[in-house]
Amino acid sequence: MYRYDDFDRQLVHERTEQFREQVKRRLAGDITEEQFRPLRLMNGVYLQLHAYMLRVAVPYGTLRADQLRQLGMIARKYDKGYGHFTTRQNIQYNWPKLDEIPDALLDLAKVEMHAIQTSGNCIRNTTTDQYAGAAADEIEDPRPYCELIRQWSTFHPEFTYLPRKFKIAVTGSPNDRAAVKVHDIGLRMHQNDAGETGFEVIVGGGLGRTPFVGKTIRDFIGKNDLFSYLEAILRVYNRFGRRDNKYKARIKILVHEEGIDKIRELVEEEWTQIKDGSLRVDDAEIAHYIEQFAPPAFEAMSDDDTDFERHKAENRRFANWVRSNVIEHKQPGYAIANVSLKPIGGIPGDATDTQMELVADLSEKYSFADVRVTHEQNLVLPHVKKADLFALWSELDAAELGTANLGYVTDIISCPGLDYCALATARSIPLSQRISERFGDLDRQHDIGELKIKISGCINACGHHHVGHIGILGLDKRGKEFYQITLGGDASQDASIGKIAGAGFSEAEVVDAIESLVTKYIDIRESGERFIDTYRRVGMDPFKEVLYGDR
Amino acid sequence: MSLQVVTANRLEDGLVVFLTSDGSWSENINDARTAEDKEAANALLAEASAPELDTVIVGPYLIDVEQQGADLVPTKYREVLRTKGPSVREDLGYQAV
Repeated sequence: MYRYDDFDRQLVHERTEQFREQVKRRLAGDITEEQFRPLRLMNGVYLQLHAYMLRVAVPYGTLRADQLRQLGMIARKYDKGYGHFTTRQNIQYNWPKLDEIPDALLDLAKVEMHAIQTSGNCIRNTTTDQYAGAAADEIEDPRPYCELIRQWSTFHPEFTYLPRKFKIAVTGSPNDRAAVKVHDIGLRMHQNDAGETGFEVIVGGGLGRTPFVGKTIRDFIGKNDLFSYLEAILRVYNRFGRRDNKYKARIKILVHEEGIDKIRELVEEEWTQIKDGSLRVDDAEIAHYIEQFAPPAFEAMSDDDTDFERHKAENRRFANWVRSNVIEHKQPGYAIANVSLKPIGGIPGDATDTQMELVADLSEKYSFADVRVTHEQNLVLPHVKKADLFALWSELDAAELGTANLGYVTDIISCPGLDYCALATARSIPLSQRISERFGDLDRQHDIGELKIKISGCINACGHHHVGHIGILGLDKRGKEFYQITLGGDASQDASIGKIAGAGFSEAEVVDAIESLVTKYIDIRESGERFIDTYRRVGMDPFKEVLYGDR
Repeated sequence: MSLQVVTANRLEDGLVVFLTSDGSWSENINDARTAEDKEAANALLAEASAPELDTVIVGPYLIDVEQQGADLVPTKYREVLRTKGPSVREDLGYQAV
């Protein structure tokens, strides 16, 4: 796993001390809130409904055990004993005091963590497949490239004041688990006809108030040229992206307004100028970063473990957990274990200090001290021996972390919504809890199969509702919360933006509405069809019918 | 016009506060000074926006409230949440005290 070099250490340390001084000056009245606000935002500090919020970066969703343990300690020392994992693979603390945040940042720096690139109009933390380096279906671990993007983008002098924030996501697998098509830039690793590995570059995707699936600007860019090509895109965006209107400032609007062909032309023109310059990364340097993410010392063993099979046969709850939460690993004898942060009726993405510390301990015991954060607000232990899965599950289960629901209807993405967020127009969490309780029965969840429900508490779409098979958007209608339903969204390699089903539902009506959609799907599905497959086959009308009838 | 009070977040810890009759800031909305008309509301907001308060509070603004018995209750749900804390964590925020 990547470790800081002296440069990284110095950079984070200096930034922490700089922020300490800024907080001191703010509290002393030497700078105004207007002057301070952009500075605190550059350090991940927001002011929310009830208190400050600190957003901590988890670059490409990868954590070491000592880092996760420290996140637990910070939750206890500076917050109220919990944190919230987000759709950006980050963690947010909801209650830190302003004058204590510099100390929290110092405690983060001790484990090579920070809050840089979690806010502001810069290139944000790069996100990727949570199963990177473990997935059986991946071409190559995408994280060396994520780390190179991190080094290129952190405090990039040219791109610190972009027209708007800029998000890059990378997948090393053809099965996209990083939603790359709905990012400002999505990179999909693949091989060209010559057998070389490189990336398809997708640009102008995004959610928010104007959602778009990204468009391919280049089908293939070689690894050595990736960074100069990214620089060329950012230069074109920085130059031509709109600064007159915040809501039209993302690159998706530029791509939409100018057309992908025009943008491609501008990018290629820029790239021609810089492609042989200092951003061309040679094979030796790439190899150096690949080495940093070298696989752990796996034991050579058979893929079959008799004890594992016996435990499955003897313990139905364990078998259920394996069925949904355990994914095939590239290394025989190992598996990927997903730790659901979606207990039935719980708050999606929240974890207590002790839960974080427990998962850290378990990762040391069973997964080479490696933990991942997913954009679907769960945690992952990526490298667990099949023979250890039962012991792992038993310990997770005792700490209410053994919920067997990955990818099911109760594995809901939910933004913090009006319970915490200053921008929200309605609550998201209570609705996710009620849906989770309604569908909590596991046999029913098995029957329904994969169904992605995603809830946002405002049009900014942090809860990714546009790409939910069923998306829910909370709005304010004359002082009352009401919820708009979208159908047919998908964040995967088959990305699509959901369509609004019709008029919104009150807080009291919306769970019944969701249930009627699920019931309809079960009635009309063909064998093997997921909800999204049925929707794609039959379209909106049958679902509209059950929602609105003659209305 | 409905009754109004001024609310803000306290600089030091970000907690929700309300402007009181003696010009201080309280965590309890029932301590808030109310304005009954537009003129009084503007005066209240002007007082809360004084530059010297920039080291005390952040982002003062007026909210509509109703007198319900002994309590002042915001008319908007967002503001009700701010007087209580997250509805999903009744053990946290002012509601927990």
